[in-house]
Amino acid sequence: MTTANKLPLGAAMKKYRNQYLMVAPFAIVFILFTVLPVAASIFLSFTSFNMTSLPDFTGLRNYVTLIVEDDVFLTAIKNTLVFAILTGPLSYIMCFIFAWLINELPPIPRAIMTLVFYAPSISGNVYLVWKLIFSSDTYGYANAWLMKLGFLQEPIYWLTTEAYIMPILIVVQIWMSLGVSFLSFIAGLQTVDRAMYEAGAVEGIKNRWQELWYITLPAMKPQLMFGAVMQITNSFSVSQISLDLVGFPSVNYAGHTIMTHLHDYGNLRYEMGYACTIAVFLFLLMLFCNILVQKVLRKIG
Amino acid sequence: MAKKKKNLYQTKPDKISFLACALRLVIAFAAGWIAFYALSYGLIFLLQGELPRILKSILILIPFVTLFVAFIMLPNVQTFLRKRRLRTRRSLAVDIALMIFLGIFGIFSLFPLVYTVVNAFKPMSEIFIFPPKLTVDNPTLDNFLDLSFILEGFDIPLSRYLFNTLIITGLGTFGTVMLGSLAAFALAKYEFPGSRVMSQLIVYALMFSSAVTAIPNYLIMTYLGLVDTYWAVILTAVGGTLGLYLMKNFIGQIPDSLLEAATIDGAQEFTIYWKIIMPLCKPAWITLIILSFQQMWGTTGGVFIYSEELKPLSYVLSQLVSGGIARTGVSSAVSLIMMTVPVAVFVISQSNVIETMSTSGMKD
Repeated sequence: MTTANKLPLGAAMKKYRNQYLMVAPFAIVFILFTVLPVAASIFLSFTSFNMTSLPDFTGLRNYVTLIVEDDVFLTAIKNTLVFAILTGPLSYIMCFIFAWLINELPPIPRAIMTLVFYAPSISGNVYLVWKLIFSSDTYGYANAWLMKLGFLQEPIYWLTTEAYIMPILIVVQIWMSLGVSFLSFIAGLQTVDRAMYEAGAVEGIKNRWQELWYITLPAMKPQLMFGAVMQITNSFSVSQISLDLVGFPSVNYAGHTIMTHLHDYGNLRYEMGYACTIAVFLFLLMLFCNILVQKVLRKIG
Repeated sequence: MAKKKKNLYQTKPDKISFLACALRLVIAFAAGWIAFYALSYGLIFLLQGELPRILKSILILIPFVTLFVAFIMLPNVQTFLRKRRLRTRRSLAVDIALMIFLGIFGIFSLFPLVYTVVNAFKPMSEIFIFPPKLTVDNPTLDNFLDLSFILEGFDIPLSRYLFNTLIITGLGTFGTVMLGSLAAFALAKYEFPGSRVMSQLIVYALMFSSAVTAIPNYLIMTYLGLVDTYWAVILTAVGGTLGLYLMKNFIGQIPDSLLEAATIDGAQEFTIYWKIIMPLCKPAWITLIILSFQQMWGTTGGVFIYSEELKPLSYVLSQLVSGGIARTGVSSAVSLIMMTVPVAVFVISQSNVIETMSTSGMKD
């Protein structure tokens, strides 16, 4: 609305006194509990700190240990990357496809279907039902039906068998990942200007796929970028479902992610310096992926 | 030319009753369900080489497929599938395929939820039958009674946990909405030294999850003496930026001319905020309430609260859930209670949320 470019800093600050007052309460909380923690973890990542004595500066030792010596961490990186590379794009694409299909429905079925897909992400700990579905006895849904159908002779120990842990976690994560970005896509699709489709039809767009590629996707670019940020952040920070479904530590660390590694050192061993190193690593990884994907998405359409 | 145009798009306006919509949705779901089963059965039998059974399942499938196709073919189905004034032609086959696809994934999404709801009403004898069923023969409230019985045995009454949750959820939600909307208004509508940096920081803060900062946050809370108080949970939530980000985008699309008019009439920024911005961005703050409610409702207090009498409801309930196989029924009852509230809240406020989300996009 107004610009402060012409004014010297002091005068501008005086002129916008009220605006500063408005931003101040949030800014204080934001700086204290979001900016400062990031700064603190970067600082602490160079120290050895167990909360009882003062941080002891150790330079790059934590980073060296993390990358060179900590074998479990390598498993965690591998798992997290596999997880993020599979669930990130997949859930992103699913969010979009379902939003796109739902958008074709009239209002009431649309509202119902929106709820059907969005409900898993807001229903708290309902994902624990997967523990029941993949239970290792014959009462587990998966086992029971596979046995009933004669496909299995003995129940499979789904959640304690190394080979099944990751796939199950991925399925569960995808199931509950249609969250804020899904809503954002639905909303975005509803605001695409109808006149664009009419114009497109006149200009010779033949089918829905062309319509999708030439009109819908470019018009939704801002929502697509927002959704990407949300999905990337979520797919990298998975830990709770791993802790709850396959336990900690999971069999041969098959469900071990960077976040559970962080949980291990921060909440169980109280090696805060080392935990902060892990946090900084994950932080940089998320930021890097987000910025990369933003760059790619800007090229669409 | 005119004739060719007519072939290209449908111009028929659509009128369709709620009942018809609901009926069709039900049919679409039934067809999706059948297709889902047929696929899984088919795959299994194929692998076992029991051909007759595949034929059987195909036979079962045929009436449903016919039904589904018939429903797609209904004269005004075209308008059911798309509510557009003018659009390019759609092929019916692809329409059908896409609806089945949507149906299958709808079932996949709904199945665990339905399973939870059904389990919550199953008596013990039905939970442990082989094979497990998705229906309940003798629905009972035993699980809920058991739950209240277990909770009575606790040192701290349920009402205390509920009180904690209400305080945390209430204050956290209020804080997020108030602080968020004040800051969002100033950042969206005015440009002052530092406002750009702040806006940029907020976008960057979206790019990492708050879990990353949990440990240093814990240290800061310890330093401030806030650990083991409600504030530790409330303030970390208020410091999140998703709400502010959505609010800022929503306020950004309110025309400047409204504010200019108010400024000319002599209104101060706080008056503008309260009298003009807040009423206009009702959908946005309702959305913020929903999102922060969902987040706060599910919080277990984590490392920030360790006193038993300050723990929120979801903590004690999740303790019950992890009680093992004998508590299957009770834990389903718990899950049902925990999910009902946020789902109900979302159902009530869906249109507001969608309206806000339409401005959630990221600009370059």
